[in-house]
Amino acid sequence: MLGCTRHRCEKTHNIMKPAPFTYHDPSSLSDAVDLLARLDNARVLAGGQSLMPMINFRYAMPDHLIDLNNVSELAYLDCEGDVLRVGAMTRQRDLEFSAEVRSRCPVMTEALGHVGHRQTRNRGTLGGSLCHFDPSAELVNVTALLGGMLHAESKRGRRDIPMADFGAGYLTTDLSPDELLVGLTLPLPATGDGHAFVEFARRRGDFAIVACSALIGLDGDGNIGNAAIALSGLAHAPVRPASIERGLMGEKPAHAAFKAAAAEAGELDATEDAYTNAAYRRHLARVLTYRALERAAARALEKLNG
Amino acid sequence: MGAKWFGASVRRKEDPAFLRGKGRYIDDIKLPDMLHAAFVRSPHAHARIGRIVKSAALAIPGVYAVLAYSDLPDVVRRQMLPLLVPHPSISQPLLPYALAKDEACYVGEPVACVVAENRYIAEDAAQLVEVEYEPLPAVNDCRAALEPGAPLAHTGSDSNVAAEFPVSVGDTDSAFRGAAHVFREKIFQHRGGPFSMECRGAVAHYEAATQSHTLYVASQGSHRLKRCMLDMFELGDNQVRVVTPDVGGGFGPKGSYYPEYVNIAVAAMTLNRPVKWIEDRRENFLTTHQERDQFWDAEIAVDGDAKILGVRGRLIHETGAYVPWGIVLPWISATTVPGPYVIPNFKLDVVSVFTNKIQTTPVRGAGRPEAVVTMERLMDRVARELKLDPAEVRRRNFIRPEQMPYEVGIIFRDGRPVTYDSGDYPASQAAALEAADYAGFAGRREAARREGRYLGIGFANAVEATGIGPYEGATVRVSSTGKIAVYTGAAPQGQSHKTTLAQIAADQLGVGFEDVTVVTADTAIIPMGIGTFSSRTAVNAGSSVHLAAIEVCAKAKQIAAGMMECSEQDLELADGFVRLKGAPEMKRSLREIALKSIGMPGFSMAGGLPPGLEHTAYFAPDRATYSNGTHVAEVEVDIETGSAKILRYTVTHDCGRVINPMVVDGQVIGGVAHGVGNALLERMVYDDNAQPISTNFGEYLMPLATDVPHVDLVHLETPSPLNPLGLKGAGEGGTIPAIAAIISAVENALAPFGVIIAEAPITPQRIVELLGEHALGRTR
Amino acid sequence: MADSMADTRRIIVTVNGRTYARDVETRMTLVDFLRHDLDLTGTHVGCEHGVCGACTVLLDGRSARACLMLAVQCSGREVTTVEGLAVDEKLNSLQQAFQDNHGLQCGFCTPGMLMTLSEFLRDHPDPSESEVREVLSGNLCRCTGYQAIVAAALDAARRIREGA
Repeated sequence: MLGCTRHRCEKTHNIMKPAPFTYHDPSSLSDAVDLLARLDNARVLAGGQSLMPMINFRYAMPDHLIDLNNVSELAYLDCEGDVLRVGAMTRQRDLEFSAEVRSRCPVMTEALGHVGHRQTRNRGTLGGSLCHFDPSAELVNVTALLGGMLHAESKRGRRDIPMADFGAGYLTTDLSPDELLVGLTLPLPATGDGHAFVEFARRRGDFAIVACSALIGLDGDGNIGNAAIALSGLAHAPVRPASIERGLMGEKPAHAAFKAAAAEAGELDATEDAYTNAAYRRHLARVLTYRALERAAARALEKLNG
Repeated sequence: MGAKWFGASVRRKEDPAFLRGKGRYIDDIKLPDMLHAAFVRSPHAHARIGRIVKSAALAIPGVYAVLAYSDLPDVVRRQMLPLLVPHPSISQPLLPYALAKDEACYVGEPVACVVAENRYIAEDAAQLVEVEYEPLPAVNDCRAALEPGAPLAHTGSDSNVAAEFPVSVGDTDSAFRGAAHVFREKIFQHRGGPFSMECRGAVAHYEAATQSHTLYVASQGSHRLKRCMLDMFELGDNQVRVVTPDVGGGFGPKGSYYPEYVNIAVAAMTLNRPVKWIEDRRENFLTTHQERDQFWDAEIAVDGDAKILGVRGRLIHETGAYVPWGIVLPWISATTVPGPYVIPNFKLDVVSVFTNKIQTTPVRGAGRPEAVVTMERLMDRVARELKLDPAEVRRRNFIRPEQMPYEVGIIFRDGRPVTYDSGDYPASQAAALEAADYAGFAGRREAARREGRYLGIGFANAVEATGIGPYEGATVRVSSTGKIAVYTGAAPQGQSHKTTLAQIAADQLGVGFEDVTVVTADTAIIPMGIGTFSSRTAVNAGSSVHLAAIEVCAKAKQIAAGMMECSEQDLELADGFVRLKGAPEMKRSLREIALKSIGMPGFSMAGGLPPGLEHTAYFAPDRATYSNGTHVAEVEVDIETGSAKILRYTVTHDCGRVINPMVVDGQVIGGVAHGVGNALLERMVYDDNAQPISTNFGEYLMPLATDVPHVDLVHLETPSPLNPLGLKGAGEGGTIPAIAAIISAVENALAPFGVIIAEAPITPQRIVELLGEHALGRTR
Repeated sequence: MADSMADTRRIIVTVNGRTYARDVETRMTLVDFLRHDLDLTGTHVGCEHGVCGACTVLLDGRSARACLMLAVQCSGREVTTVEGLAVDEKLNSLQQAFQDNHGLQCGFCTPGMLMTLSEFLRDHPDPSESEVREVLSGNLCRCTGYQAIVAAALDAARRIREGA
């Protein structure tokens, strides 16, 4: 009993060494899934670039740490027809340097250029980024843009989750505690599509304040035949603004269309934090949408003209 | 002596060890049986402290002690940490106790000290210490703190005013009354910190047999810390030794005496084992001293020709929860305002205000950058209002070189009148503008405008007091093996003293620079010292080394003359020998002379000479010597995102004669990086309850290699008349005018939109706010 | 709640070509392991949250932040630290270029810079200044303002290309 209600019994929070945990390093997917099924308060360790800072700060204090770095079956990168199949433990570095990704999915390559730094991408994984689900994460944005399908495994079986349903809240995904993200299937853009990934960050490698990715395909008349936009930094998950995408259809890929789309993007709801307010984020959404559309359209035109 | 080493960009002695990973920083020090400390810190900015429950923490295996205030020895308990620079204007000289006594006054204030086998266990235990807190209203804003009815940062104090003082010369009232033009600027300069790459740390070792302490500490001055330890523990000179090893950056705050050092010394004494404490980065954000907030409200009065008649205003300075450096920081700010301009009438009222945040003490620039921002904003305002070229406004107001030495009329923080000893301010600005192609800027701006891009140019002049006293010392000793050691109280954290001071000694002694070893910052090896901060070491320690070496030469000649039976006047030192001029084969080595100088057991000293081939000198400057410089920044602002990028950066820098040009360049460019950070990126954000929000490097933005521009340097050299080598300080000149120049450039880029910038840092969000509709750019 | 039975593992890790077998607590970070268990204090701790880069080492030849790795994760792997750069006590071309260009002042960020640049120059033997600045954006320096580090990197690149 510690006094009356005015008094709060509190602990220090200036800590920077991990709290104790039991470490597990399965070498197969089935072992990993077993562990997740039976252990309480367990976290999965992938590249460690997001989780380890949290563990060092003791924001995360798991009793069990399941290290996936030896589960080699989770690292794969295959272009199959019009999809890209990527294992959850595929390193960002491998995506970055993949010639196939560069040629078939250049928006991902462009996005990766903004992800952290060399050291981050050497260790960081696609699955780790998706499961951490930072509102500004570039890879989360691109997965939303492409409309990826995420594959989760647990002892209860396999579950496929469309990206649009994957986000459950701030830094929270739809995965249950016993589920492991094992990989994604990413529909590849049409070869004629132009792409863009633009973001505004304070410094090189920082998380974006707002990011906008876009895919534009042109029809036979040179007008916009398909458009996809993903905006990050406005909400807990990337926003696919359906009405803006629809509004672009059939439009000439030029200033008037970009301006109208941008203006609409500037009206979207936005979150705020101690550093950036909602008004600025909405402003950036407007400005970056314009730039992304302009660049994607230009690239589409380049492809059209050969 | 020929200056063979002085002025040469010799490669550093420090480097081979650092490059091999063999530096010896505080966390590299391992003593046998060493234990590790972690601190329990207040999570509240202001709270009364009740019961502290330690049982759960003590139950963890590997935990040796949990100390709270009541566990401290009497002598430590009854006094606050020492105030190093007292001043009568400090009405409330409040300093912390080693552990919070009745109330915690900032988030992070140490409340208990846990000692354990390793840091991991110490942190596990620290998390289990339960402290009863009664949260109290916290003071977050130093202006609000002055309002009637504001909560008190310290319970039971009279007010939130720590100190109040004016700095003035002449009669500003009448100057302003008759002025053709009066312009007013209100400027806010945001909190920021040093954030050296190495955090703080110390190792305390107690020897029961002699009742003495050794404290290894990553500091900026061992001797001052020894004095604090003596005061704190009431000990004799023989009972404390403080040693500063390699230090990974300091920038000011590592010079302070912190409560953690007292605690580990107590723990070491109680447990009879060495205790190490290494600050982690989270603690660094909470508890290492910072600088600012400062709110400036200043006016300038000029005549019809833009000549300054007077400057006056008020500075509200935030000292944080305590005043560890007294009023040094705001005093430096106030006395730097006049800068290189003739200001016959000046009055600044300064109030230093308590808040419930970590204290502010000098951080690279030490209040001068803020003063330069204020003065240069006023000058830019005059230019804008009177439609004059900003460079011309400065030219009409510069102190001319023929006016040196120039009495500004105010008193500096060292108690001496601000007297500029030397410097050519018009030449500095002219050289900088020339090197920056200021004249060609209009063309560049037009070309960019046609592409829809917005460029701006800004510049700032600064005069910087350096080489302040009271002294620094050096012992130059030639040992019986002929090897030369230089001992000094200087405490480098990257300033290359082990190289530059060796250069000075080598020149005098006629030896190779490799033959001199400089040992720094150990209270056992030189009795008196002050430390390395405030751009003072080249002047003070450099002069001491020089003077001591001269004495050693004289002595060497004296002894050699006796050995060679010739006249001292016919001798010279070269190549490690004392030799006869004109007949250089007649010589004695320094080794032989040193051997002679220490005598032989049982024999009287020959020639009645005092023993030893060594000398200790303490150079004590009469007053500061003034460096100066001009920075020119050319920026591009993206008006749609508010992002500002520095395209070109030019510095003219005059720090008198230069010992090692490569080292000085490094100091200047390194200083510019701090300025870039303070101008565009670094904001220490607190919430309304004085809770620090920016407590990691993801949120507090340090400048990266992609943020700091390439800097073009122009050197001018007006030697100081105040020390034998003509030196002036160089450590902070890169920072001092930088913020002002960058802000000015950003404002210049946004001039077409009528945007005025009155804050630092200036962020993209703020720029977009100021631009209003214009920020919509092409999307409008 | 702390468990009195710490979770430990035996690891076998090669550091700078030498193999070590050690029992480590599983929560121990790689940087702490290198510094405290192996006495290789050249790798420095600057932030423990993966931003400053002072702890950069090479893991199987690839730069990584040692504060974001656990020692146990390195079992069976090869780690290279700054202590592994000099050959027979002689500074290598990159290290010598740092000294010649005053690429360090306090020296605290330097090991991390060297490791990042070791990987980078191996993969990019003829970089531009902006490429160098970009790869260095993951390593903070508070002393130099980066200019001398960039000069050292470009100088080292040239020397290595010329066979130094």
